[in-house]
Amino acid sequence: MSTLLQIRNLRKSYGALKVTDDVTLDIEEGELHAIIGPNGAGKTTLISQLSGQNPSDAGALIYQGEDIMRLSMAERVHRGLARSFQITSLLPGFTVLENVAMAVQARSGSSFRFFAQAAKEDELNRDAMVCLRRVKLADRADRLAGSLSHGEQRQLEIAVALATEPKLLLLDEPLAGTGHEESAALVELMRGMKRRHTVVLIEHDMEAVFALADRLSVLVYGRVIATGTPEEIRNNPEVRAAYLGEEAA
Amino acid sequence: MIALAPRTRLLAAALLFVLFALLPFLATALDDHFIVITATRVMVFAIAALSLDLILGYGALVSFGHAAYLGIGAYTVAVLSSNGVSDLGLQMLGAVLASAAFAAVTGAISLRTKGVYFIMITLAFGQMAFFFFVSLSSYGGDDGFTLQARSTLAGMALLEDDRVFFYVTLAALVLLFLFANALIGSRFGRVLTGTRENPLRMQAVGFTPFRYQLTAYVISGCMAGIAGVLLANQTEFVSPAFMTWHRSGELIVMVILGGIGTLVGGILGAAAFLMLEEWLAIFSEHWKLGMGALLILVVLFTRGGLTGLLRRFLGGRA
Ligand SMILES: Nc1ncnc2c1ncn2[C@@H]1O[C@H](COP(=O)(O)OP(=O)(O)OP(=O)(O)O)[C@@H](O)[C@H]1O
Ligand SMILES: [Mg+2]
Repeated sequence: MSTLLQIRNLRKSYGALKVTDDVTLDIEEGELHAIIGPNGAGKTTLISQLSGQNPSDAGALIYQGEDIMRLSMAERVHRGLARSFQITSLLPGFTVLENVAMAVQARSGSSFRFFAQAAKEDELNRDAMVCLRRVKLADRADRLAGSLSHGEQRQLEIAVALATEPKLLLLDEPLAGTGHEESAALVELMRGMKRRHTVVLIEHDMEAVFALADRLSVLVYGRVIATGTPEEIRNNPEVRAAYLGEEAA
Repeated sequence: MIALAPRTRLLAAALLFVLFALLPFLATALDDHFIVITATRVMVFAIAALSLDLILGYGALVSFGHAAYLGIGAYTVAVLSSNGVSDLGLQMLGAVLASAAFAAVTGAISLRTKGVYFIMITLAFGQMAFFFFVSLSSYGGDDGFTLQARSTLAGMALLEDDRVFFYVTLAALVLLFLFANALIGSRFGRVLTGTRENPLRMQAVGFTPFRYQLTAYVISGCMAGIAGVLLANQTEFVSPAFMTWHRSGELIVMVILGGIGTLVGGILGAAAFLMLEEWLAIFSEHWKLGMGALLILVVLFTRGGLTGLLRRFLGGRA
């Protein structure tokens, strides 16, 4: 296995608060790498730095051998680095299908086309439907995204991310706020993603994390305090004290 | 914001255009030539409002300097015809090029800002254009500049006939509407509308909103520049008064009055605004007070301007 993304000494502060504190991590090609940690540990911030949404103060990001630190979010997406949002971020006034077709459109040909009607482009719609089927939302294709239930919107988030055809998928708490059934379906979906995509998964649901992850990293106050297999993490005394211990108690 | 189904939008527009096309006959029947002149003016502003709706309604870009393009278009006519180029087509081409250049430069700067800052910076650029033409003494400066004649078509002075000019203006309005209508349904329009709803989401799937917003801003400016060419011909006079910030504000009012993000709304709004201006002025010199009150009512109660109101009267969902 080769390293897909090398994170080197990454830093980010908001004023005096060090939110990402010297993070160094390798994301291996094909793995599902979970990042866990208490609320406010800096998990979302780290994802935002990796995806290019937030600039980093210092450090390096080497993706497929290329330094991507200065690339915009859109440029990183075109290289196969996509994210989903912890707080759902969709196009509420567009249909479910259009939300996904937009992502397909972004990677297939120029969008500086001014006359032909995009809604009639079968190829965009077909690829979008494939993604909707993967997350089991095909029957909602014509509904407005804003009218979906919370759980369905979480599924749509993932369908949109998949539609960019990512090599590296950064998922920020995909299970947050979903019901039991939806959550089980999403876990199944993520299991199916393994190998096809490299995944960085942030999740508070420990059952899901330990069921899915090949490796885990534990983030506390912006620092990675441990990285390893689920077994190693479970038995790491520092991790138990800092994070898992709370749950065991 | 109310969204019109594409077919409803086309139907409403077709109805409006047919009504416009019949007005000269009404003028003959009533022996009231003023109808033709007023309707021409309405259509000129309809083009300007339509162009503004493209960026305001579909891009959420509130430009408070849009009248600058009316001025740029109008002065293109003055400058070109003074230099022997009187052909309407060439003048429109000139106006499009000049508008595109101004929009590209000012848009590239304005679009670095958002929200109220965008409004202020477009206002500032509009004022700069205004003062540029005020200081242009070879074209009358403050006092404006009277055109020798209307533009020519195929070398002939056809536009001197108010009715011919009316139908040329109508043709321009119809073509530009069809252009805008195709645009918003295209890949480009979809991206533009997406950036209005959620720019972060658009970046997260791989778009750079700035490029699409700037392109829309330039296209919109070019359309308004064409309106400026027609405005100069309608009044046979050009003046910095075409491009005051009041005028920019009026264009925004027209779009809101008619219904933001509907295209048809810009046309309806321009008609409503200019008619009201005339009628209210008959009753009182304080007609602007009435206009203000009316605008408040429209915003508070119609949910989507005249287009929204009409849709509710016609019943059901579009
Ligand atoms: N834009 C910002 N400005 C200032 N502080 C911020 C900003 N964004 C995040 N923070 C702070 O940085 C810290 C890390 O936030 P972040 O959202 O990355 O945590 P998280 O690990 O994702 O938490 P959660 O599990 O609750 O999602 C928090 O203390 C938060 O208040
Ligand atoms: Mg978070």
